[in-house]
Amino acid sequence: MRYGVTGMILRVVLIFVVLLVWEIIVRLLGIPAFILPPPSNIFVALYRGFASTLYFSHIGVTLAETFMGFALGSVLAFSLGVAVALSRRAEYYLYPFIVMFQAMPKVALAPLVIIWFGLGITSKVVAAALVAFFPLMVNTIAGLRSADGDRVNLMRSLAASRWQIFWMLQLPNAMPYIFAGLEIAMIFALIGAIVGEFVGATSGLGMLIQSMNFTMDVAGQFSILLILSALGLLLNGVVVMIRRRVLFWDQSQKVDAAGQAAAEKGGVS
Amino acid sequence: MRAIAPADTATAARDVINVKRLSKQYGGGAEPILALKDIDFSIPEGEFVSIVGPSGCGKSTLLKILSGLMPASGGEALLNGTPIDGPRMDIGVVFQSPVLFPWRSVLGNVLLPADVQRLGRATMENRAYDLLKLVGLTGFEHRYPWELSGGMQQRVALVRALIHDPALLLMDEPFGALDAMTREQMNVELQRLWMERKKTVVFITHSTAEAVFLGDRVLVMTPRPGQIGDLFDVEIPRPRALDVMNTEKFGGYVRRIRGVLNAGGGLE
Repeated sequence: MRYGVTGMILRVVLIFVVLLVWEIIVRLLGIPAFILPPPSNIFVALYRGFASTLYFSHIGVTLAETFMGFALGSVLAFSLGVAVALSRRAEYYLYPFIVMFQAMPKVALAPLVIIWFGLGITSKVVAAALVAFFPLMVNTIAGLRSADGDRVNLMRSLAASRWQIFWMLQLPNAMPYIFAGLEIAMIFALIGAIVGEFVGATSGLGMLIQSMNFTMDVAGQFSILLILSALGLLLNGVVVMIRRRVLFWDQSQKVDAAGQAAAEKGGVS
Repeated sequence: MRAIAPADTATAARDVINVKRLSKQYGGGAEPILALKDIDFSIPEGEFVSIVGPSGCGKSTLLKILSGLMPASGGEALLNGTPIDGPRMDIGVVFQSPVLFPWRSVLGNVLLPADVQRLGRATMENRAYDLLKLVGLTGFEHRYPWELSGGMQQRVALVRALIHDPALLLMDEPFGALDAMTREQMNVELQRLWMERKKTVVFITHSTAEAVFLGDRVLVMTPRPGQIGDLFDVEIPRPRALDVMNTEKFGGYVRRIRGVLNAGGGLE
């Protein structure tokens, strides 16, 4: 924004320059394509992958795994987060499990998950859910506990029940935290799905990378990496878009809100 | 709304609030801190009582007990004849800060007590529009808190405290966070609102001038332990304009209250 139109142009130019330099160096030094392919090869691979419709079905599988894993992980994380935040007893008994699980790199569970749930889509959904679970649960707990003391007192002074305090105060108050957690969980679910596919799968982008690795199709692998980064951006964009709609009141998004308010006020006064 | 046993109503007469030998101590053990000691007063229906005192004199503790947020250690506080032993629906509280929910519009914030207490939304909405009009917020019903100034936010909080037509309105230094000019303006508005609705009000402040300007009666609290140092009937006719503060009579009240506060070690 700050750098204006020329900045934007320079940015795009820079990308092309980097690609061009890459292309020239690879060709000049005669680096073999199975070590580092020139960008032109990568784009050709990308085009062929889509033209032969090979990529579409694999993208579909990985996306399905990611979404289902995200949904499963989120529902569990939210429920457990609520239980821990609201019940001292639940916190006391669940705490050892949480600490143990939190310290462990969740992707290390992927081989076990494949053994338990097979090579089909289920194991990848479980792996995605496992990885997506933690950031959301932690944020749900933190968010539900962040309700300001004055606000709790206000609700109590109105003779609100424990349940009403949860629904009318704690939950909406926790939404910024929960959405921050969902944003991370979405990307983590994609990581979980890919790692699951690395370990054992019959389809999906992760499995495609693995099989291209065996045939030394490095350009193909690069083309999948491009797709994955686009998917990551897309998935993140979906959550951010929903968050903007739901959390129009959030202070940390003040840039938007204040601008909007100022615009409206200008109309009034 | 709340059913009151006839016997209770008889003993309470016309007093809305009856506080008898109320005390509060923090921390048990060998050296408990006595925050309130033998507080005694009663407030007839429709009276505006100011409680003034330095910080740490226990006035906020008193308000927490009256609003049912905190139990007393001894004595009792009766509201319309029934002991205040927990939060109840016939009390409205205005806190130091507006405490508005940013995810609710002005109207939504005002209707919060109605939602919590499951009062009919339609009638309550009409009441909300009336009350918002009374404090000059017509046209702001669908705005959000962050779009309002501090004074406007506190007016929303005031309307919220009145929406369920409570028997008692408790105000805990409600204008303390506002700038001096807005504060004076809010005092005038509060007086006007009170003259129209005749609520029983307990208004806590550390400003002597504010206490005298608003109160029918001023209770002066002194610290360590928190107790009522003295009590003044303010015999200045209403409506009181801001320049009443320049009169000799007003100055006299302020001086006498300051005297009590000084004697009690409240002002350093």
